[in-house]
Amino acid sequence: MRTPRWVPWVYAGPAVLVMAVACLYPLLSALQLGFYDWSMGTPWSEAKWVGMDAFLRAFQDPAVWRSLVTTLMFAAVCVVAEMVLGIALALALEGKVRGMAVFRTLFILPMMIAPIAVGLTWRYLFDAQFGLLNALIGLFGAAPIGWLAQEHTAFIAIIIADIWQWTPFVFIMMIAALANVDGAVLEAARVDGANWWQATFRVKLPMVMNVIAITLLMRLIDAFRVLEVIYILTFGGPGDSTEILSLHIYKTAFVSQRLGGAAAISVLLLVVVASLSWFALRLSNPLKDEGRS
Amino acid sequence: MSIGVKRHPALVAAHYGALIFLAIVCVAPIVLMFATSLKLQTQIFTTGIHFIFTPTLQNYRDVLGEGSFQRYLTNSLIVGVVSTIITLVLGCMAAYGLARFRFPGRKSVAYISLLLRTVPLAVLAVPVFMIWSQVGLINSLWGLILLYVAVNLPFTIWLLYGFILQVPQELEEAAAIDGCGPIKVFYKVVLPLIKPGLAAASIFTFRIAWNEFILALVLTDRATRTLPVAASLYITDIGVDWGKIMALGSLIAIPPLIFTFVAARQIITGLTAGAVKG
Repeated sequence: MRTPRWVPWVYAGPAVLVMAVACLYPLLSALQLGFYDWSMGTPWSEAKWVGMDAFLRAFQDPAVWRSLVTTLMFAAVCVVAEMVLGIALALALEGKVRGMAVFRTLFILPMMIAPIAVGLTWRYLFDAQFGLLNALIGLFGAAPIGWLAQEHTAFIAIIIADIWQWTPFVFIMMIAALANVDGAVLEAARVDGANWWQATFRVKLPMVMNVIAITLLMRLIDAFRVLEVIYILTFGGPGDSTEILSLHIYKTAFVSQRLGGAAAISVLLLVVVASLSWFALRLSNPLKDEGRS
Repeated sequence: MSIGVKRHPALVAAHYGALIFLAIVCVAPIVLMFATSLKLQTQIFTTGIHFIFTPTLQNYRDVLGEGSFQRYLTNSLIVGVVSTIITLVLGCMAAYGLARFRFPGRKSVAYISLLLRTVPLAVLAVPVFMIWSQVGLINSLWGLILLYVAVNLPFTIWLLYGFILQVPQELEEAAAIDGCGPIKVFYKVVLPLIKPGLAAASIFTFRIAWNEFILALVLTDRATRTLPVAASLYITDIGVDWGKIMALGSLIAIPPLIFTFVAARQIITGLTAGAVKG
């Protein structure tokens, strides 16, 4: 049965059209916008062509570099902590117990509720005057800390919030992956005299390496996309100590109203995220089973 | 742990102990949000830890009593429900097209949409604000809906693609021989078999549209504001009205909480889709 050539597009066309109009086209115009100097509220005809200026300025702007460093540190610390914690917990708690479904439900709550609610809750927990954290350390006689008022502690605060929200994701992924590990292989390793340590690091973890890699990449990509929780928690402050790239883009565009500058930095962030996504695609490609055509 | 081996009771107890501890860590901040929303400002401003207090609904009365709350709630519901429906319909069609046909351009569509899945919303906000301003979609719910559909389509397409691949094509062919047209085949054969995927996709899409606030902040005004944007505006330079903002935060958190308790299994399917088989 031969289908006419236009038939597939009847199915895929509408979705492709929406993604093209509301995602692809805006991204391409961000690239274009990077070459122009344009202020919000003025007609596009008044925009000035400035060539590579905005890109060069972005690369020379110390604020952009500081923001990039903040982003890299935030992503590195969060992702390493989440991966280590998540994998360790999954290895310790993978055994089948009754009621695991209930626990899994509770574990995914932090990633299901609104980022704004997460940001608010942690802002309240870290509050200097009546936050629960200062009340807790007060029990041990420590003086209250202005968590969100000092650069180092504010940076720790955004990391703690992210770890709280996303470690469960790693845990859930790993539990699912470990459940798929063939029991017979483990049994064989045990029969051959492997102890727990060997069975875990030589047999189990290598078998779930693909899932570990894809989880790591998914977390990295997300760490570069984070915005809303930090927007509520610190809005980048104090100073610019917690101003990750997404927030820097937002502020450049909508606080300083420099859309061209924001677009130039956007391209930088987009390149980072797109390359990570490309790696992720190579690991977990829904088309990979099809063979070359 | 191999199946059939009875574990030491102490080990099982430790296992549960650890799980319960982790559950408390995950849930405590959320409980705290709800608890704070039930306190008066004076109760919140006392320092120290107080587990016992007289709950009051005053904050909820204040929040609900503000004339604009209903408008924000209506906006949020419209945006959430309409984006979810459109995303599901378009996503289903596209997933079916990609799964069942080999056509020129298929791979480009596949790869571009897979890459679009991870676009940072801050990157999208700048050019979309510009374009929407020019074409008059700014400050309109449709402008926001169009964007939410677009950012949710990649995930929906790829989640449903996996489910559709598992539907045996012979079933469809049999139905076609029995005289079903393509639309009827889809309704009678494919749709019932991909229900778990549809559930996961709709929860994820609704959750994004309901929770999202950066794009909504940039693209809406007083009339079209959604609830998360309204909540963010309670934070002022002078300080935060904790009771009221926590009440609003709790109200925003309720629908996702309900979904999680009702459909945790489908959500986990969605979370692990693509990386873990099974």
